[in-house]
Amino acid sequence: MSLTRAQIENIAHLARLELEPAEIPVYQESLSRILDLVGDLERADTAGITPMAHPLPGLTQRLRPDEVTEEDRHELYQACAPQVAAGLYLVPKVIE
Amino acid sequence: MIHRNSLTQLAAGLRAGKFSSVELVRAYLARIEASQPALNAFISVTGAQALEAAHAADRDIAAGRGGALTGVPIAHKDLFCTAGVRTTCGSRMLDSFVSPYDATVVAKLKAAGAVTLGKLNMDEFAMGSSNETSYFGPVRNPWNPEFVPGGSSGGSAAAVAARLVPAATATDTGGSIRQPAALCGITGIKPTYGRVSRYGMIAFASSLDQGGVLTTSAQDAALMLREMAGFDPKDSTSVDAPVPDYVAELEAPLAGLKVGLIKEFLDEGLDRENERRIRDAVAVLERLGASLCEVSLPNLPRSVPVYYVVAPAECSSNLARYDGVRFGHRCKDPRDLQDLYRRSRGEGFGAEVKRRIMTGTYVLSAGYYDAYYLKAQRVRQLIAADFKHAFGEVDVLVGPTSPTAAFRVGAKTADPITMYLNDIYTIGANLAGLPALSVPCGFVEGLPVGLQIVGPHFAEARILNVAHRYQLETDWHLKAPERFS
Repeated sequence: MSLTRAQIENIAHLARLELEPAEIPVYQESLSRILDLVGDLERADTAGITPMAHPLPGLTQRLRPDEVTEEDRHELYQACAPQVAAGLYLVPKVIE
Repeated sequence: MIHRNSLTQLAAGLRAGKFSSVELVRAYLARIEASQPALNAFISVTGAQALEAAHAADRDIAAGRGGALTGVPIAHKDLFCTAGVRTTCGSRMLDSFVSPYDATVVAKLKAAGAVTLGKLNMDEFAMGSSNETSYFGPVRNPWNPEFVPGGSSGGSAAAVAARLVPAATATDTGGSIRQPAALCGITGIKPTYGRVSRYGMIAFASSLDQGGVLTTSAQDAALMLREMAGFDPKDSTSVDAPVPDYVAELEAPLAGLKVGLIKEFLDEGLDRENERRIRDAVAVLERLGASLCEVSLPNLPRSVPVYYVVAPAECSSNLARYDGVRFGHRCKDPRDLQDLYRRSRGEGFGAEVKRRIMTGTYVLSAGYYDAYYLKAQRVRQLIAADFKHAFGEVDVLVGPTSPTAAFRVGAKTADPITMYLNDIYTIGANLAGLPALSVPCGFVEGLPVGLQIVGPHFAEARILNVAHRYQLETDWHLKAPERFS
């Protein structure tokens, strides 16, 4: 399987990754080879097999009661943000 | 020569007043500093906090207080969040990230009295098998610095092998504890999925990630795991089941134990010298009273393709959180929001992380989900069923941990597929959620190799017991690299 330059650009767009022009052929080659590697799965007979949803048989995601358990610590949590003002995260203007 | 003591001996020596925690911490910090130019095992060393904690530990010991690990120095893989301490995950993306909270594993080990000396180098976001994808530079193998230590927990493994710490936390998504343990000649256990809390462990592939530990011996691993394991309401995949006393169960005799040698692991990819070490190790288990048979798990050879769908898919989803807004790297002067996302992520992630994100994005994209992701989860089910069937016949499964001993730095970086195949024997246990460990079982051309022992779900005590009995009969785990011995 061989991915085109346009396909790599589309994947990078979906993943919100800016790629240098020189990176594109590198990923074209390696992603194509990874898809060849995983393409082997096609040959596995999985008729009637349920996809595995959890590594432990019989266990499902646990839910907790819908109660407030955390105190407001937004100042601490926002201390590691790139840009904050008045308790809000700052981003470039979205609507003109 | 305090560093020649095992973790168990250090904990006992501290309680008996043979040495103080401050003495231990000073001695190990000096070893870390001296090793750093050669090994690059640490990303951050927290000497001042460690000495403060050591003084507090000495006061606790003097007052007759304290836990099982009071005053014992350890270090954490830089993937565990540590409050007030930089937590990078080996990435430029988190180069300046100071975690506001402790991971549950970090908090539990702190509560048990362990003193943290610093944060260990690793492959970026735990994606790698050689510790060469780290933004902070490769880690070197203490047995020969021209060779890799394995990965992704390469810093943890190199540090324990070079006796820079007696134990280090680590994580294992596809072999990241066991493979570096094998390549560095130490002991490493990946517990059952859900056994150790993942809260505060930076996520890579959430259906596979599990925290564990690297030590020199199974006895030390049992002591660490007893403190690390247990239910955590903050992790929705944590299992609410009692934690056995792993230390108390170490000594059980192996008479009557049924050991299955995994046939598919003795394939053409396995180095023949490595295979001899594995067969020698299995012969030791037989001498101890275990009975041996060969077991076939026919779907296991598909582990690597399943993994390279499931892990990148989950990674592309988990790493979507790095958007340059709430934490982590932000690009300079973004034109608009899309530019902010794209350039922050493009600059913050390294080549291998981008490769995995893009692979995951592709296999989950419209029109491909059934062909790749669902198909892989079906084959995963078949692999899990193979293990279940095998454990109907035997108590533990054994085989090599890695196809070869350590390879040279740079030897496999050009070809990702060659690198991925390093994990061919370890991925199966992650896919099936099983506990598995690696113990050193000899050397090939001066470099260590490991024996892998896999157990049924929640059989950590059993595999640690087998490893411990093996280590009572052999001395591979006592060998340290000459320049660090």
